[in-house]
Amino acid sequence: MSRITTAASAASAAGISQPQEQPALNKAALAAAPESYEQTHVHNVYESIASHFSSTRYKPWPVIASFLSALPPGSVGLDVGCGNGKYLAVNPNVFILGSDRSANLVRIARDHSGERRCEVAVADGLSLPYREGSVDFAICVAVIHHMSTRDRRREAVGTLLGSVVEGGRGKVLVYVWALEQGNSRRGWDARSDQDQLVPWVMKAKQGGVDGPGNAETTYQRYYHLYRKGELEEDVLAVGGRVVESGYDRDNWWVVASRA
Amino acid sequence: MKILSLNFLTCAVKACKSSSASYPLHPKDAELVQDDIELNPQLLVNLMPRIDWSALSTTATELGFPALPAQPPTPEELEADEQKLKDLHNLLMQTQIMEGKLVCGNCGHEYAVREGIANFLLPSHLV
Ligand SMILES: [Zn+2]
Repeated sequence: MSRITTAASAASAAGISQPQEQPALNKAALAAAPESYEQTHVHNVYESIASHFSSTRYKPWPVIASFLSALPPGSVGLDVGCGNGKYLAVNPNVFILGSDRSANLVRIARDHSGERRCEVAVADGLSLPYREGSVDFAICVAVIHHMSTRDRRREAVGTLLGSVVEGGRGKVLVYVWALEQGNSRRGWDARSDQDQLVPWVMKAKQGGVDGPGNAETTYQRYYHLYRKGELEEDVLAVGGRVVESGYDRDNWWVVASRA
Repeated sequence: MKILSLNFLTCAVKACKSSSASYPLHPKDAELVQDDIELNPQLLVNLMPRIDWSALSTTATELGFPALPAQPPTPEELEADEQKLKDLHNLLMQTQIMEGKLVCGNCGHEYAVREGIANFLLPSHLV
């Protein structure tokens, strides 16, 4: 298992309590090699925290659940970045192909509602293995904000749009984290930096009762926080049409179709 | 992975998407299992328009199933003939590829399937 040990986790291992020092985001490294940056600060992290992450992500968000529930029976769709698969079985009358970059999360998703009940594959959101224009819908929840350049984020939206049927019938639902989340504990607002490293602290019980206590490992995940209107701009930039959009608990979301 | 999924999958290499040889992917050394899944007639009948029948026929033949009829069944035929519906359910929903490979007919890349999960991550030279 790969570990991204940081100054913060070293401090906690040494018994130093809050506040932990947050490492700075290295913008030069990100710009020079976005793919390897995402490998370190997104893919490796999810691979390491998969089961802990999954145990904290079990409740479908209402906007997404109602989008899925409103689909006609027999609809076929994608869940790109399906994580632990919590949306794959929301509507038993539609067929969803889930995919995620993390093989560990995909294994969890496969068995989400019973052994081998969910259809999942390991795939990259920018190199999806689906035939173009073949499905009725695609959802992509909390994924595209992990892509580190605007070109890559737009390409991801374009890839989703390309996978659904032409005309207005194919629908794509995208959720991303918002910059404007004044009420959250993160405290970001419209003036904050849009590119952030966000810590994931994993407690691992080590050493038993007489051991040194609960060791913590802190993983740093890269996020691009979307400002108001940015997601819609990205949809339009790749030739899509915005059907509906909104803000929901610290996230911006959009339902888009092919123009 | 279900045989139904194969009908929507193609090569992850961008240059292959425009080639008709990349679809459908060809199963190789496939180990199949039959799951017991409840038949959902409405789901099955309604998703027929999304199925590429000729690709499904190719897949069925390659996996050793009896040849499919030349034309897909109509909704009326499926509703009138329970056996037809059951056969389709068996092929699309209950048959799973557990182990093996999926091969692109255009670039020749082989995607591994393990424990029912296909891996479409590409080596860096193919991205
Ligand atoms: Zn190929």
